[in-house]
Amino acid sequence: MRKLLPYCSFIMFAVTISIFISCNKNTTERNYQFQALTPVKTDINAGTWKTVLLTSPTEFPLAAPVATNTPAYIAEINEIKGFQRNLTDKQKDIIRYWSAGAILRWNEILRELVARHNLAPYQDEAGVYPAPSSANPFAYPQFPFSNPPYASRSYAYVSAAQYDALVAAWNYKKLYNRAAPYKFDSTILALVPKSDLPSYPSEDAVVEGAAVEILKLLFPTEIAYVQQRADEHKLYRMMAGANVRSEIEAGEALGKQVAQKFAARARTDKAGAAIGTAAYWKQLETDAIAKGEDCWISLESPKRPPMLPLFCKVLPFLFDTLTVVAMRPPAPPSTKSVQFKNEVDEVLYYSKHNTRERTAIVHFWADGTGTYSPPGHWDAIASEEFVKENYSEVRWARNMALINMALMDAGIVCWDAKYFYFNPRPSQVNPDIKTVTGIPNFPSYTSGHSTFSAAAATVLTHILPNRGTKFFDMATEASMSRLYGAIHYRSDCEAGLASGSKVGEYAVKRARTDGAD
Amino acid sequence: MGTIVCLLIFQAVSAQTDADAIMIPKNYFCSGIMYSYSSWKDYWEGTYKRNNLNLGTVSTRMYGIMGNYGISNKLNVLFSLPYITTKASAGTLKGMKGVQDLSLTVKYMPLEKEIGSGKLSVYGLGGISIPVTNYVVDFLPLAIGMQSKNAWIRGMIDYKVHSFFITASGIYTHRSNITIDRTSYYSTALHYTNEVKMPAMAGYNIRSGLRNKQWIAEVLVDNFTTLGGFDIRKNDMPFPGNKMIGTRAGINLKYTFTSIEGLEVTGGGNHIILGRNIGQGTTVNAGAFYIIDLTRKKKNKS
Repeated sequence: MRKLLPYCSFIMFAVTISIFISCNKNTTERNYQFQALTPVKTDINAGTWKTVLLTSPTEFPLAAPVATNTPAYIAEINEIKGFQRNLTDKQKDIIRYWSAGAILRWNEILRELVARHNLAPYQDEAGVYPAPSSANPFAYPQFPFSNPPYASRSYAYVSAAQYDALVAAWNYKKLYNRAAPYKFDSTILALVPKSDLPSYPSEDAVVEGAAVEILKLLFPTEIAYVQQRADEHKLYRMMAGANVRSEIEAGEALGKQVAQKFAARARTDKAGAAIGTAAYWKQLETDAIAKGEDCWISLESPKRPPMLPLFCKVLPFLFDTLTVVAMRPPAPPSTKSVQFKNEVDEVLYYSKHNTRERTAIVHFWADGTGTYSPPGHWDAIASEEFVKENYSEVRWARNMALINMALMDAGIVCWDAKYFYFNPRPSQVNPDIKTVTGIPNFPSYTSGHSTFSAAAATVLTHILPNRGTKFFDMATEASMSRLYGAIHYRSDCEAGLASGSKVGEYAVKRARTDGAD
Repeated sequence: MGTIVCLLIFQAVSAQTDADAIMIPKNYFCSGIMYSYSSWKDYWEGTYKRNNLNLGTVSTRMYGIMGNYGISNKLNVLFSLPYITTKASAGTLKGMKGVQDLSLTVKYMPLEKEIGSGKLSVYGLGGISIPVTNYVVDFLPLAIGMQSKNAWIRGMIDYKVHSFFITASGIYTHRSNITIDRTSYYSTALHYTNEVKMPAMAGYNIRSGLRNKQWIAEVLVDNFTTLGGFDIRKNDMPFPGNKMIGTRAGINLKYTFTSIEGLEVTGGGNHIILGRNIGQGTTVNAGAFYIIDLTRKKKNKS
C-alpha cells in the first residue's frame, strides 16, 4: 500500500491537470448550428393561400417597384456593393445567423422575450402581489408577466400576423416579379443561397415588420431591444446581396400594416381583463363550494390570486367563444369520490418514488419560471424539425401560425376548464405530497401541459406525417411528467390530452383547406 | 441560494485538513466521520436580501467520511465523501438526498523554517472532486450539489509562535461545464443546450488561534467568489451558473485525547456574514477521527 500511494497521487495530479485542460468551457448551442435556409420550393402561388384576418392579399396595396434601369435602383445596387467591399467577421456572423430563416429567428427572439418576462411578481411589504400594468410597463412588476396563457397568445399573434403578411407579400412578389440583386448584377455576391423567388417586397422585412409591430404591444419594455434586432436583420439582407433597400422598406411597411390589423384585434380580444378582480376570485370559490366540491386554494405564501382566470373569455383564432364552452371536458372525479381518493394516492406514490429517470422527464418538460413556457417549448420542437425541411418563409410562417393558433386556443379551452371546475391541486388535498417541480398557481383540472402538448402534436403530426407517433409520444411524456412531478392527477393529464387533440384538429381542418397542403 | 451548502460541503468535511497547517507524519493514517447541519431562511437574490415563505427554512444535513494518509512528513493525501440530504420547511418542493462528490487532495509542505521566535511553514495543495452519483443539479436550492468536476490549487502559509498561530491561504477552483435535464435555459439570454458553463472560483481563508498537542481553538474568516456567472433575477429560481459570493466567519475546536491514543474530536460553527445569490447559512459541525501509525502496526504484527 505504501508503494502504491505515490503512484496514486501522481495519477491524481494527472487527473487534476486534465480537468484544468480538457474541459472546453464553450457550449454548443443548437440554434447556432442551423444551416442557411435553402427552400426546396418557392411556393410562388402562396399569394392565394387562405389568410387569418386579411380579407384579401391585396387589402393593403403595395406600389410597383421602380424600374431596374432607374438611377434610384442603380444607387441601391451600389449601396450593396459598398457593404460587400469590407465585410467584417462580425457582419459575416450576422449573415450566417439570420440566413437560417426569418420566421425561425423571430420566433426565437420571441421565445427569449417570453423567458425574460416569465417571472411572477414579488409581493410588496404588505404581502400583496402587484399586477403588471401595460400603461406603466417599466414599473415593477414589468409588463408583461409572460405566463403560459400570455405566452401562447403572444406566439399566436406574432405567427399569424407574419403569416398573413407573407401571403400578401407573395401575392405582390408574383405580381411584380422583381429579380434578386445578385441576379440583376453578377458582381453582387449572394451570401445566402440563391433563389428564384422574386425579391420585391423583401420577405425578411415583411416578417421583421410584422414582428416589431406586434411586439410593441405585447412586450413594450423591449421595443429598444427588438428594434436593434430588426435593424440588424434588415441590414443583413442588404449585406448578403439578397435585397435592395427599397425592397426592405416596402416589405417592412407591408408587414407593419398587416400586423396593425392583428394588434387592433389583440387590443379588443379581452386578454386585458383576463386577470379578473378580487370579487371574481372570491366568486370562483363560492361557486365551487356551492357545487359541493373542495375548491382550489393557492398553495403560495402569501396566497397569490389565481393566474388569469378570465383567459377563457379571450377570443380564439380557430373557433368562436361558444365553441370553447361546447368543448369543455366532462367534470373531473368529485373530490368526495373514491376515484378521486385513488388518484390522490397515485400522486403520492409518484411523489415518494421519484426515480432519477422520472425526475429528468419532469424537469425536461417543466417549462416553469424563467422559461419560454410550454407553448415556447413546442415552438422550439417544431423549429428544430422545420429546419430539416427547408420550407419557404411563407410555408414556415403558415406552419408556425397553425401550431401557435392551436396552442393559444388550447390555452383558452384549458383555462375554461380550470376555472369552471376550480379543482384543488394534489398537495392541497394531501400535504404529504411533495413536488419535484414548482406547483403552478391555478386549478388542477385539466393539465395545461397536456392540453398544449396534444394540440401542438396534432398539428405537427399533420404537417410531418413521416415522423409517425414521435410528437404524440412526446406529448404523452409531457403530460405524464406532471403526474411524475406530483402536481397533477392522472385524470387532469388524460382529459388535457383529449381536449388538446380536439383543439389541434381545428387547426388541421384549416390546414387541409388553406391552399398550402 | 441554497448552493452555499453545496459549495461549502467539501470545506466542511475537510475543515480540519484542507485549509489548515497540520500535516500528519509519514505512514500515519487518519480516518473519521463528519456531520454537519446547515440552515438558512434569508438569502440574497443578487444583492437583495429576502426570505421566501414558500421555502421557509432550507436545511442541509451532511454525513461524511474522510481520510488522510502521510506519504511522508511533508506530503499527505486526503479524501472525503459526503452523503447529503436537503429539506425545505415550507412550500411543496421535495427535498433531495444522495451521495455527492468524492474529493481527493494532495498536501505538500515544501518549506518549514524558524523565523524569530516562531516557525514559518509554506504549503501547496491540489485537489479534485468528482460527482459519484448522477444527482439532480437543476433543482436549487434543494439540489445536493453542482455536478461539476472541480480541480483546485491552494497556496498556504502558516506562522506559529509557541501555541499561537495564524494561517492564510488562497484557493483557485476550476469547474467543468455541467449538463442539466432540460435542453434550453435562460441566463441573461436563451441558450439552446443542456450544457451549463460553471464559472471558476477564487477564495481566501484566514484562521488564527491556539494550537498545541491537545487542543486547537481557532477563529476563521473565509470567502469564495465565482469569477463570472449571473445574478438571480427578482423572484426567479436560482441556477447552477449563478454568480455566487460568500464570506463566512466561524470557530473550530479540536481535542486530541490523551487517555485514548489516536482519537480526536472536532466541533465548530460558522455563519455567512455577506453573500450574493446564496442562502445566509449557519452551520454547525462535529467529527470524530482516529489516527493510527501503520508502521508500528506492521512492526507489532511481525
